[in-house]
Amino acid sequence: MPYPEMMQESIAKVEETRSRRLRESFPRLSLEERQRLLEAYHPDYRRETFRPLAVGPNKGDLVPNELADLLEAKSRIDPDLFDLSRVDYETDVLIIGGGGAGTAAALWAQEQGVDVLIATKLRWGDANTMMAQGGIQAADKPNDSPARHYLDVMGGGGFVNIPELVKALVTDAPFIIRWLESLGVMFDKEPDGTMITVHGGGTSRRRMHSCRDYTGMEIMRVLRDEARNRGIQAWEFRPAVELLLDESRQCVGVILYDLETEEYFVVRAKAVVLATGGMGRLHIQGFPTTNHYGATADGIVIAYRAGARMIFMDTVQYHPTGVAYPEQILGQLVTEKVRGLGAHLINVDGERFIYELETRDVVSAAIIRECTDKGKGVVTPTGMVGVWLDTPMIDILRGKGTIQRALPAMVRQFARFGIDITKEPILVYPTQHYQNGGIIIRDDASSEIAGLFVAGEVSGGVHGRNRLMGNSLLDILVFGRRAGLSAAEWAKQASPGTPTLDHVRDYHRQLQEAGINTDRVSPMLLPDYTSEIARIRRLGGVTIG
Amino acid sequence: MAVQTEVATETVTVHIMGKRYEVPKGLTILKAIEYAGYRLVRGVGCRGGFCGACATVYRKAGDFRLKVGLACQTVAEDGMYLTQIPFYPATKAIYDINALKPSADAVLRYYPEVVRCLQCGTCLKVCPQELDVMRYIAAAMRGDIAKAADLSFDCIQCGLCTSRCPAEISHYHVAMLSRRLYAKHIASPAPHLTQRLEEIRAGKFDAELEALMKADKETLRKLYAERDIEPEELVPSTKTDED
Repeated sequence: MPYPEMMQESIAKVEETRSRRLRESFPRLSLEERQRLLEAYHPDYRRETFRPLAVGPNKGDLVPNELADLLEAKSRIDPDLFDLSRVDYETDVLIIGGGGAGTAAALWAQEQGVDVLIATKLRWGDANTMMAQGGIQAADKPNDSPARHYLDVMGGGGFVNIPELVKALVTDAPFIIRWLESLGVMFDKEPDGTMITVHGGGTSRRRMHSCRDYTGMEIMRVLRDEARNRGIQAWEFRPAVELLLDESRQCVGVILYDLETEEYFVVRAKAVVLATGGMGRLHIQGFPTTNHYGATADGIVIAYRAGARMIFMDTVQYHPTGVAYPEQILGQLVTEKVRGLGAHLINVDGERFIYELETRDVVSAAIIRECTDKGKGVVTPTGMVGVWLDTPMIDILRGKGTIQRALPAMVRQFARFGIDITKEPILVYPTQHYQNGGIIIRDDASSEIAGLFVAGEVSGGVHGRNRLMGNSLLDILVFGRRAGLSAAEWAKQASPGTPTLDHVRDYHRQLQEAGINTDRVSPMLLPDYTSEIARIRRLGGVTIG
Repeated sequence: MAVQTEVATETVTVHIMGKRYEVPKGLTILKAIEYAGYRLVRGVGCRGGFCGACATVYRKAGDFRLKVGLACQTVAEDGMYLTQIPFYPATKAIYDINALKPSADAVLRYYPEVVRCLQCGTCLKVCPQELDVMRYIAAAMRGDIAKAADLSFDCIQCGLCTSRCPAEISHYHVAMLSRRLYAKHIASPAPHLTQRLEEIRAGKFDAELEALMKADKETLRKLYAERDIEPEELVPSTKTDED
């Protein structure tokens, strides 16, 4: 048995209470109770971990310290030395980011008859999209409606979401599912074609569509395959390090940096789509993350430097069920679909403590309460603490074989470490998962900077202060498509001026005026996970405190 | 900041591309490589077993067998000789999915090399997802597209199969074609989706949505708190622990 003895005792209690729990229901919290729980235990309310920005369009607004460090930093580019007259490539629409949003934007822009180029930091498809497991929401069943979906989204987000964006999200949703179906995405279906759908946290109807528990991977690989079939070009290992604006502050291109050859590329474009994803790899408040290696807030940094405003950047989504054991996969995602299929969250004594399909912020807060003040967490040999997610229940509720059929990725992930989730529960603890806020957009995915369109996790407003499960895959496709269409339309009539880095010069001046004298440069591009000793040796033995 | 001393940590010896390093015991191969001082650009991706970027080939000292794993999902063990396959050339055919039929013809037209399969089984031995690669290739070859799609579904496109195949087949691209053929041309389109799209086109939900968009926060809170929640249809009665 892979679980050490100290954890086995608690597993016995989970098994002991299982048949009773299967018969009992657990009450949902009222909106007031939810708010009290959040204020007491959600990491967003630890205000000492945030600081007001000293510069830029959101000056004075609170953001996590880790993000503030990147925003209060200099460009990698010296605007006085860089030669913009040597242009390496020209295109109608340049898309920064080769994840789901960027690839959707490319497909729809190209269909409008314009030239497109994708530039991406790692490989095409290396993105959080690939890791999205549980599903994608769409109100397409007879008992559901876009209006119901709208209300669920607003309630999940704290009723502060931008209404026009939510309307776009829920109204486009069925169309997006049909589009994916027509491209050949293998959804889980009944033989007559009816989508098999389950609940997610905070949904009032079972509207979570899935492709086993590889939903994002299936969507991403189909979009990429289609884009390759249509001859769309992607420059890999070339992240954007700065936007280029003309004298009227219209976005007219980008500087890319090749991670392998260390060259800078000047790309002029009539329209730019920013689809760079989120910031999990900043490890806000020291949390582990479910995110991709490249999720380092690069898009936020370069758009903010160019004058784009952000919204809701003082809120971060912690996924309630990150892996807490084994240590090797700490913080990795255990999909919400596990709870959608019926698994309970259980404390050290074998008891439930929260209705499992509350919204993510609420469930995370409840787990943190259980593991801290209540002292009902389960401790691992390395001193991590977590609560049980009672996976074996799923087969009892839905029939033997359901777990293997509906959650093959989860089964495989734990089997690699000797844990059989069809027979044993999983130990979980919240992990940094999603950037709720981002660059402000309109419902056509345009930003406040002319010629710059923004889609997916880097954008903000649609999810308010907390995103619901299954609305991120939806978001990237709804707004990726809208960004592609809008960018193409813009490119057809745009008259771009001469590219400049004046905004970078301005930003550096603002930093100086705010008294920030720093060697920090951003965007970060990639995190550094080398050991401390290796980093010290790299600096010739000098330690920086 | 003081340098942390590693006194109590148990270590293992690994060889990264032939170079020897001592790393703490219990790390994944990916974290061991990073611990050793490598800032990876290639051979790293989602770090969660979904993207196939970190396919790794290794041998253990004294063992003739070649082994494989995803660096982010495999624990580094003493005596491992490691290398990563960050990229491996494979042929992806260009096709119009709309113009194809889900048949052996489509597979053979774009990937004729599948008939060179020797049935040696190397592909299924190296698959870090433990998929029956050889069987899905066989299914695709004989036109059982549904089978090929189902068997290959969990493929993460790491390319290890392709790197070892003596018949030079690009298995994961054959799988990609098969799944798209199945979902596009064999699976039935969702009937309720067709109906909902017609309703949206007819403007059935516009008034309700407009009203919600105009509603103040208190009204929304009330509507939200009072909304009915569809129950799960779960009845554990017939399926018991003893099943």
